Amino acid sequence: MFRSRPHRTSRSAVWFVALASLASGVLVSCTDDPDPAAITVPAADGDAPCRPDRLPRSITPASVADAPVDGTTVTLVTHDSFATSDGTFDRFTEQTGITVKVLQTGDAGTLVSQSILTAGKPVADVLFGIDTTFLCRGTRAGLFVPYAPKALADVDDAVEQDPDHLVTPIDVGDVCLNYAKAAHPDPASAPASLDDLTDRRFADQFVTENPETSSPGLAFLLATIAEYGPKGWQGYWKRLRANGVQVVNGWEEAYNDAFGAGTGDRSIVTSYATSPVADVVYSDPPRTEPAIAVVPDACFRQVEFAGILRGTAHPEAAALLVDFLLSPTFQEDIPLTMFVEPVNRRAKVPAVFEANRTPVDKPLTMTPAEIEAGRDAWTEAWTRIVLR
Amino acid sequence: MAIVPVAFLAVFFAFPVASIVGRGLADGAALDVVRRRSTGRLLWFTLWQAAASTALTLVVGLPAAWAVARVDLPGRRLLRALLVVPFVLPTLVVGAALQGVFDRLGVGREATGLRLQGTVWAILLAHVVLNVAVVVRIVGGYWALLDPRTEEAARVLGASRWRVWREVSAPRLAPALWSAAGIVFLFCFTSFGVILTVGGTGHPTVETEIWRAATQRTDLTTAAALALVQLLAVGALVLVVTVLEARSGARLPARRPAAARRPQTVRQRITVAAALGPALALVVVPLVVLVERSLWEGDGHGLANYRALGSRHAGGLFVTPWEAVGNSVRDAAAAMVLAVVVGGLASVVVAYAGRGSGRALDVAVMVPLGTSAVTLGFGILIALDTPPLDLRTSPIIVPVAQALVGIAFVVRSLVPALRAVDPRLREAAAVLGAPPARVRLAVDVALAARPLLVGAAFAFAIALGEFGATSFLARPDAPTVPVAMFRLLGQPGASLRGQAMALGTVLALLTMASVLVIERLRPRDALGW
Repeated sequence: MFRSRPHRTSRSAVWFVALASLASGVLVSCTDDPDPAAITVPAADGDAPCRPDRLPRSITPASVADAPVDGTTVTLVTHDSFATSDGTFDRFTEQTGITVKVLQTGDAGTLVSQSILTAGKPVADVLFGIDTTFLCRGTRAGLFVPYAPKALADVDDAVEQDPDHLVTPIDVGDVCLNYAKAAHPDPASAPASLDDLTDRRFADQFVTENPETSSPGLAFLLATIAEYGPKGWQGYWKRLRANGVQVVNGWEEAYNDAFGAGTGDRSIVTSYATSPVADVVYSDPPRTEPAIAVVPDACFRQVEFAGILRGTAHPEAAALLVDFLLSPTFQEDIPLTMFVEPVNRRAKVPAVFEANRTPVDKPLTMTPAEIEAGRDAWTEAWTRIVLR
Repeated sequence: MAIVPVAFLAVFFAFPVASIVGRGLADGAALDVVRRRSTGRLLWFTLWQAAASTALTLVVGLPAAWAVARVDLPGRRLLRALLVVPFVLPTLVVGAALQGVFDRLGVGREATGLRLQGTVWAILLAHVVLNVAVVVRIVGGYWALLDPRTEEAARVLGASRWRVWREVSAPRLAPALWSAAGIVFLFCFTSFGVILTVGGTGHPTVETEIWRAATQRTDLTTAAALALVQLLAVGALVLVVTVLEARSGARLPARRPAAARRPQTVRQRITVAAALGPALALVVVPLVVLVERSLWEGDGHGLANYRALGSRHAGGLFVTPWEAVGNSVRDAAAAMVLAVVVGGLASVVVAYAGRGSGRALDVAVMVPLGTSAVTLGFGILIALDTPPLDLRTSPIIVPVAQALVGIAFVVRSLVPALRAVDPRLREAAAVLGAPPARVRLAVDVALAARPLLVGAAFAFAIALGEFGATSFLARPDAPTVPVAMFRLLGQPGASLRGQAMALGTVLALLTMASVLVIERLRPRDALGW
């Protein structure tokens, strides 16, 4: 049959693609120039394993106060779970003349990885959403410029976690065991501790997330390590597995599917201390009593931080944005948009949040340095014990 | 001609991907990752699950392709549009809907019973649901053009049905079969949401491990090594499929499609139902679950979730979900324009250029389909960071990333049509005195316009549902529908889930509408989708 006669075009098309690939590969393997503004601090040793090789000069409140910032635009990069009420940043613009542009990317891990890839040449001026579990990785990679807002005086010292003020704490979230009230109506016989999960009474009732793919999953693994110690946690997970723990990859599958938001096959789930608040606020049909309850004794505390990105062209405006994130205006918006606790003591918490939250008096904690040092070995051991 | 597609792919694909892989390989430890035994196992599982998914999709899709090609069914257009919907829905939603089906059927309820969730079977099933449209559209569209009298002659001469299929139908369908199988394989090879949500914790693939290494462990070396393994595997595979497709495509199909016939006897009706049934059930049942969930209000059914979509107080969103629909449509339109321009020019090169460079470009436009979303997203972030190409946070980067997938569809739709243009038409035009440019315009452009629009609408539909590379870019806060759904599902609260399902239904309707527009544009005598 007939085939159209081929018209010759350049064969060099292929070679162009190939050469472009090769050339770019060579280009990016070059390292960045050293930052002239940086001052060298004593080598990152055991005392400060999360400190970058070079600590940039700090932004001071005095320099911020004098800076002409009216009319600038600062960019805030954050994760997909970030939310504010409509018009919140307009208040900031009214106060300072600075416009805020928000960029969003995947989860907190994606955010940190992206920022490390673009360290020194950031896509934004301020990053919000790096948490306790990723903090050390971010600060050590030199993502941030130190800045200590005045409002830190209103923040509990325990959440500050970074002695160099490379980041500022913004909110606190406790990852806790949640259970369905319908399945465990009597508080006396409801699960109350990590140990209970290995009890036959709660066999095949618990669903949690894979710490290799999920932030609450990792927090729960860290909770068990904090509780049972570096020697005991593996034994605990073996008992948990023997008692029929279910592991899924993400919070959505655990909470919405297996736990069914309190109506599913599994009646105990790894979620947040504030899940009952969201359960009430977004209940359908509306009700005032949450269908789920929180076990307050087995919570792992995660702090979320904001930091000024090294390489920003607007350090003063960026510092003002961090001030704003720590101000009562923004802090009071946090509870019902992101369902976490504000860190600023002056912030007033909405009534529906106050009524349905579970105070966590003695959270399980771990420092960012401890997490960074143990993390990979722990998750690998966990995978061997639980998934293989 | 070749400059535009080559430059587009070089700047927005080859350069970013080479940058990120190059940076990861720079420290030299990558070879150790490639040599690890676990990497071999990972690649093996990824390959075989993709191959098995492709085979199953063909088994389910081919009878349906026959039915839509050969049988004049009432509502045929709606049917074809319906089959495409799961293809563009976020996998998180399709996965949840499938889970809902398992639950409702009682499958997986009991610990001792058949538990699909978290098994390889669940992965394969979900892949069939998502990709069956590709087989039905590509193979079905081609099948309609083949003269049925050849098969009928073989039957009359005493050949069994199986023998007719093996020796007559299958060889004649081969180009479309390879084309469809290639696309399905690539989609399954880089499948992400299905593997993580439906497949549970026990079935990592190359794609999910690249994601885990790059985003959860900040282990760029491992991610880059795996990305390289993936690129090489996909490149080799696409090359093989392109060669097989070209070899099998020597025979030109009939110019005028055979008229579809209405089923006459009861037996014929049963045959048609049996051919369409599995594909239709797999696609429709999860959709029904989605719609049902979107109407559920906790104590009955109603439209409350849809009404809530209009309110500004939707949790976790900066905009109302309707604005997300607007963002989606705008991005998808931009992606479509890019895909049409770049893919159109690429098709001309693929169809008319010399065998070497034409095939090279053909492979090059397909490889993005088989490339990890993280690789591309992170690559763009580190590569396009210098003016005039500091596009890292530009609003155009989202449609650009979406267009990279759409281009492959435009090319797959357009190239067969261009190849089928009868050269005698051009010769006739030239003899009648038309200058070369006029010949191109009057013959090629006129004949290719409709398949180009078909490819364009597909690029549009795919961009509507895209949730891959764009989720690894730093996007301006203009959430698209899939992003909005993901955010709504990311918080406790029954009303948010209901709104996510309502938004999913809106996306499904939007997709069906755009596919129905394709059907309107679809010329009866053209190849392609």
